[in-house]
Amino acid sequence: MSTATSARQQAPVGQVRAGIARRAVVTTVVLSLLLAAVVTTAVATGAYPLSPDRLILTLLGQGEAREAFVLFRLRLPSIVLGLLVGAAFGIAGALFQTLLRNPLASPDIIGISGGASVASAFGILILGVSGAILSLLSFAGAIVVAAAIALLSARGGISGYRFVLIGVGFAFVAQAAIGYLTTRGDVREASQALVWIVGGLGGAEWEDNLVVALALAALFTLTAVVAPRLRMLQLGDDTAASLGIRVERTRLTILVVAVALTAVATAYAGPVAFVAFVSAPIARRIVGGGRLSLIPSALVGAIVVLVADLVGGNLLPGAAVPAGIVTGIIGAPYLLWLLATADRGRQTP
Amino acid sequence: MTHKPSHTLQAEALSLAYDSRSVIEDLDIAIPAGEITVIVGSNACGKSTLLRGLARILTPGSGRVTLDGRDIRSYSGRDFARIVGILPQSPTAPEGITVADLVARGRYPHQGWFGRHTSEDDRVTAEALAATDCTELADRPVEALSGGQRQRAWIAMALAQDPDILLLDEPTTFLDVTHQLEVLDLLMGLNRERGTTVVMVLHDLNLAARYADHIVVMSRGSIVASGGPREVITPEIVSAAFGLDARVVDDPVCGAPMVVPIGRFHGAPARA
Repeated sequence: MSTATSARQQAPVGQVRAGIARRAVVTTVVLSLLLAAVVTTAVATGAYPLSPDRLILTLLGQGEAREAFVLFRLRLPSIVLGLLVGAAFGIAGALFQTLLRNPLASPDIIGISGGASVASAFGILILGVSGAILSLLSFAGAIVVAAAIALLSARGGISGYRFVLIGVGFAFVAQAAIGYLTTRGDVREASQALVWIVGGLGGAEWEDNLVVALALAALFTLTAVVAPRLRMLQLGDDTAASLGIRVERTRLTILVVAVALTAVATAYAGPVAFVAFVSAPIARRIVGGGRLSLIPSALVGAIVVLVADLVGGNLLPGAAVPAGIVTGIIGAPYLLWLLATADRGRQTP
Repeated sequence: MTHKPSHTLQAEALSLAYDSRSVIEDLDIAIPAGEITVIVGSNACGKSTLLRGLARILTPGSGRVTLDGRDIRSYSGRDFARIVGILPQSPTAPEGITVADLVARGRYPHQGWFGRHTSEDDRVTAEALAATDCTELADRPVEALSGGQRQRAWIAMALAQDPDILLLDEPTTFLDVTHQLEVLDLLMGLNRERGTTVVMVLHDLNLAARYADHIVVMSRGSIVASGGPREVITPEIVSAAFGLDARVVDDPVCGAPMVVPIGRFHGAPARA
């Protein structure tokens, strides 16, 4: 091959790859703007609406005490929690679905969130713990479920429907366990119990948000480190091994990171139904090109959670409905569609 | 084009198993550097397993595989991947990935921590696309390609990895005759021009005899014969390894031995 031809032939590679990268960047920017719009709307709307000028004054610390209370103690903590857990669920879903090569294998469907939720509910209702210990307990619950699924499905290989079906079984067990815990614990309101069953942003506190933010910062960094290896695993285990990946170790690392992301988010917001399940497929449909699309998945996750919280809090009739109920309504039809089209030969996500 | 350095890839007393099912026991093999080695054998004789063992995908139950005298497990993933690459039988591509992006992923063992892509990576990727006649396909999604094009794209990825020893598990499966020849010509060119050591599993004995410098015949997890096509492709060995009655004649195109199977209804002396 002469240098002249290789110089000529170099152009398409650079161009094609730059084109794909550009689309990912544009998608990220557009999703970020959309998220900013959702956040702004969420800050201003609610039972006590804030007009733009009052909002700015209050943000600058010149609002009335009541406005400041609504903004800083009620609304912003929920919104920040929504951003954090939405991003965590989005990335966790992307990691699970890619690793297990199955669009159904997201932590909410296969009972990982359920395990985290049971452990969190147990921690709060029975043990009375909070903060970092709660996160650790939630992680323990999630990892127990993950390990149990892995053990039970070991013979069938960890991709495929066997894994998913065993996980779905665990999700049901988790539901039952949460139901039992909420009847045993000192739960005064049904809506509080609902958080552990469906998930939501109610009752967010700054102290908790700080714990979530620190834990997620560490986990997002780890995700960035393992992402290039996950990109190789997308090509199949043998190809990844051929490219120098230690397959088993890498799979385990990514699985633990994804479980931890799910657990931290679930400890504070409950298992917000279907966020992990739908975010990555939506992000990838927009970005295309077989990319991992982790950042777009995180943005979609945050948008879905915040919009669901907005809709549940303001648009649905009656009392405020937790975000998890709204995401459940959005996610269920997608699940049905996936199941209905499952036997068509689908490429791995 | 620089010629590849020669490496010695060897297995000593190698045993390989899936879970507890033993497939290969106590096998010795040395891959001749700079040549094309073709492994043949009937179904389930352990060809693919051997290839996977040589490529470090399977860990030996006992015995060892060495590269330049060192146990392959002592190499770092990247160091090994720069010398030995394998194209498995059924690789998977993520939905929507373009040919250029797929092929560029072959550069992974040459890249740093966050997989940053350099202009050198672009250059090698472009060369790999050109060598496999895939340049025109660069921006096409892999799932939109025909079987032959897809196989070429995967080979391009293996070329972008730029290993000195390239292992391929049935690279011609699912291809029609034209595309089979195309792929094998491509691999032969790679071997002759760059000195890449090629080791592949093939089903077709005649293509094996034509393209191989060295043939390894396997049966039931062991090697029953190995050597040049002339020494190995004989009616006796074909009968022993495949249970096939055949005559061996000269391939009219290249003079390599050619297996002509007899079968139940043909080849008997003309009926009286």
